[in-house]
Amino acid sequence: MNIIKKLLLLVLAAPVVAMANEGLHLDKAPVNLNDKASLQRGAKTFVNYCLSCHSASYMRYNRLQDIGLTNDQIKDNLMFAADKVGETMTVAMRSKEAKVWFGAVPPDLTVIARSRGADYLYTYLRGFYRDDTRPTGWNNTVFDKVGMPHVLFGQQGEQVLHVEKHGEHETSKLVLAKPGTMTAPEYDAMVADLVNYLVYMGEPAQQTRMRLGVFVLLFLGFFFVVAYYLKKEFWKDVH
Amino acid sequence: MSMSEVDRSKRRFLIAATTAVGGVAAVGAAIPFVMSMLPSERAKAAGAPVEVDISKIEPGMILNIEWQGKPVWVVNRTKEMLASLSKLDSMLVDPNSEVPQQPDYCKNPTRSIKPEYLVAVGICTHLGCSPTYRPEVSPPDLGPDWLGGFFCPCHGSRFDLAARVYKGVPAPTNLVIPKHKYLANGRLLVGDDSKGA
Amino acid sequence: MSSLTKLVGWIDARFPLTSNWKAHLSEYYAPKNFNFWYFFGSLALLVLVMQIITGIFLTMNYMPDASLNNSGVPVAFASVEYIMRDVPWGWLIRYMHSTGASAFFIVVYLHMMRGLMYGSYRKPRELLWIFGMLIYLALMAEAFMGYLLPWGQMSFWGAQVIINLFTAIPFVGPDISLWIRGDYVIGEATLNRFFAFHVIAVPLVLLGLVVAHVLALHEVGSNNPDGIEIKKNKDPVTHIPLDGIPFHPYYTVKDIVGVVVFLMVFSAIVFFAPDVGGYFLEANNFIPADPFKTPPHIAPVWYFTPFYAILRAVPPMFGSQFPGVVAMGVAVMILFFLPWLDRGNVKSIRYRGTVYKVWLGLFVISFIGLGVLGVLPVTPLYTIYSRIFSVIYFAFFFLMPWYTKIDKTKPEPARVTG
Repeated sequence: MNIIKKLLLLVLAAPVVAMANEGLHLDKAPVNLNDKASLQRGAKTFVNYCLSCHSASYMRYNRLQDIGLTNDQIKDNLMFAADKVGETMTVAMRSKEAKVWFGAVPPDLTVIARSRGADYLYTYLRGFYRDDTRPTGWNNTVFDKVGMPHVLFGQQGEQVLHVEKHGEHETSKLVLAKPGTMTAPEYDAMVADLVNYLVYMGEPAQQTRMRLGVFVLLFLGFFFVVAYYLKKEFWKDVH
Repeated sequence: MSMSEVDRSKRRFLIAATTAVGGVAAVGAAIPFVMSMLPSERAKAAGAPVEVDISKIEPGMILNIEWQGKPVWVVNRTKEMLASLSKLDSMLVDPNSEVPQQPDYCKNPTRSIKPEYLVAVGICTHLGCSPTYRPEVSPPDLGPDWLGGFFCPCHGSRFDLAARVYKGVPAPTNLVIPKHKYLANGRLLVGDDSKGA
Repeated sequence: MSSLTKLVGWIDARFPLTSNWKAHLSEYYAPKNFNFWYFFGSLALLVLVMQIITGIFLTMNYMPDASLNNSGVPVAFASVEYIMRDVPWGWLIRYMHSTGASAFFIVVYLHMMRGLMYGSYRKPRELLWIFGMLIYLALMAEAFMGYLLPWGQMSFWGAQVIINLFTAIPFVGPDISLWIRGDYVIGEATLNRFFAFHVIAVPLVLLGLVVAHVLALHEVGSNNPDGIEIKKNKDPVTHIPLDGIPFHPYYTVKDIVGVVVFLMVFSAIVFFAPDVGGYFLEANNFIPADPFKTPPHIAPVWYFTPFYAILRAVPPMFGSQFPGVVAMGVAVMILFFLPWLDRGNVKSIRYRGTVYKVWLGLFVISFIGLGVLGVLPVTPLYTIYSRIFSVIYFAFFFLMPWYTKIDKTKPEPARVTG
């Protein structure tokens, strides 16, 4: 039985080991989908900075009513590339041109939070640093040799990567070399709002889903009680 | 098991209760499926009101626009065309637009908000073909009585320049006038007539 | 005579309604000692019905089209997001279907485990077991082909890897792969044929097999946790098994409780964690299929990983992957022979000796262990674990005729217990 125990331990431990191997440290993104103000700020950042190159081609502008905006607010403040609120967030830049400029088509961002995860995006958007060996002049701590230049460097400023050697292993640290228009906490808050918005956009129905789920489970709980008493009543016959 | 011990009314009650709760569950589960067959957000976006500039339509000319996937005509009618409308009453099925094929604000002799502009859905009320715009008077193929209008190529239905149907043709009613309103700067909004905004 | 009785009489003169009702429900006598493990048969039927209904509604909006739309996204991928966002309630229907796929395997694995524990595959239920195994095979095909349809990165590369397995078959392998794909790469043709199989061909086969499975069950009667035949003890007058109770109402009301509990778990997943941490819906599958870029780590969906781990555990021999493919195939097919591998003189684990219990325990650990290893990347250490587990997996079956025979069993009771 000792072998069995050891094997069992191994089975249970295996996923933990695998997680530890992934290495990359990601900062926890402060996602809060109930914070409508944050989502609205994030939406504004998204259409201003991301939507010029990246599309969100499954996301309709009028869906932003979810986060507390009216159609007129959407039309007046957020729509630069489309003229009907029912349209999706497409991008004017054609994919062929994009390929020439960036070497790759900027990916559609509608479901980016679902494929990458909020923490990755939060770390990534704060992880750009100057690297003159790159054609764009930028590199990233979580996405080595990234193709995208740092779009928000005006706000964040320019970071450089400091590598320190401690005998065998080395640690690296981002240091702000040239400040931007925002302080570090302000920039982090802006990215947090943007990531919050991306998480919302990845699945706009998620708030509805969880609200509805509570009612469904409560109903099924009630159903269980009724069904249980029915079963108990009939099974009195069985000895 | 002795059936005498069985509390029949309790069983009947529990069966009824379970059936009722199960019924609610079944209906509740069916709702999303039934609702999923309603128009999607994409269909709604495609069916949204359409805004067009009609100031460029020359007198006597027609502009074809698409609304909810259907052709909508905007005709800038000339004075002569408007004058012809009143002469036709005896030849028409419903000259006074009694059948509600138009919003109330278009139940008038020209079937329009502004007399000169006809806005109509270009789909024949017979079997859904799109009639052709024939503004010319008395062409050889349509006969001497023709004062301009729309002719359906499928089954020969005839409509006048207010999209009213002639007697003795297959189409039963006048063509539909969609909800619409005029915005500033000679722009027309088809599909929405709400005040404000 | 009430009008209902009249209506039933009218129908009975034209269709065997009452006789079927009696044969399969009100006068089908099931052992009275079913436990927790006996819920999973009816639950599997429930999941099948749910998958069919949600599937029909998904088909109304899904488009099996690999070409790129105006935004440069494959139409198939975009149509899934269209369902998730633009179709009213589409997200719920899609999550029910994606969760249902995994739920189907959970329920079926537990159902099969019940069979292993209580010897439900043994005489006279061999054919019943074989129909069940055929259902399992059809289910694997159904799930595999359905997984390609969202046309994400995992869909594409998962199918790529699995179809390429066939290439390892000597001589005809490459031609078979080509024939399955209908193209030199996975493309439009593959997507379209998988769609056809997934939405109509395999479901028809599944339904037919399920009917055969239930008919076979009702012919021989249900097994029970004691593994003894209730038909051996019948009331001399009524000929009703003394330990049997009519399926309806007793097991219908009991199964309703099981269904409600299952639906609570199911709903908790659908409404609160439809991804299940990337196991039911994988993160990489939210990236459209890209034939030029393989994701860094591909693993099949969790329900295939035990067999995938066996495939990876077998080293290539004579420069060919074929032995691994054979091992994987044998790992599934060996289950068909279970009725003839088991030589024990009792059916239920309750009366088996320690030897069988240890082997079954080892088997379960190996199966789960292989499942976990199958989702992990290959490392030398994991490969060793996979090999150990694979050996145990096969030993459980190949040594079964021997260890079931030497196992010191306890006497079975004459009547069911508990």
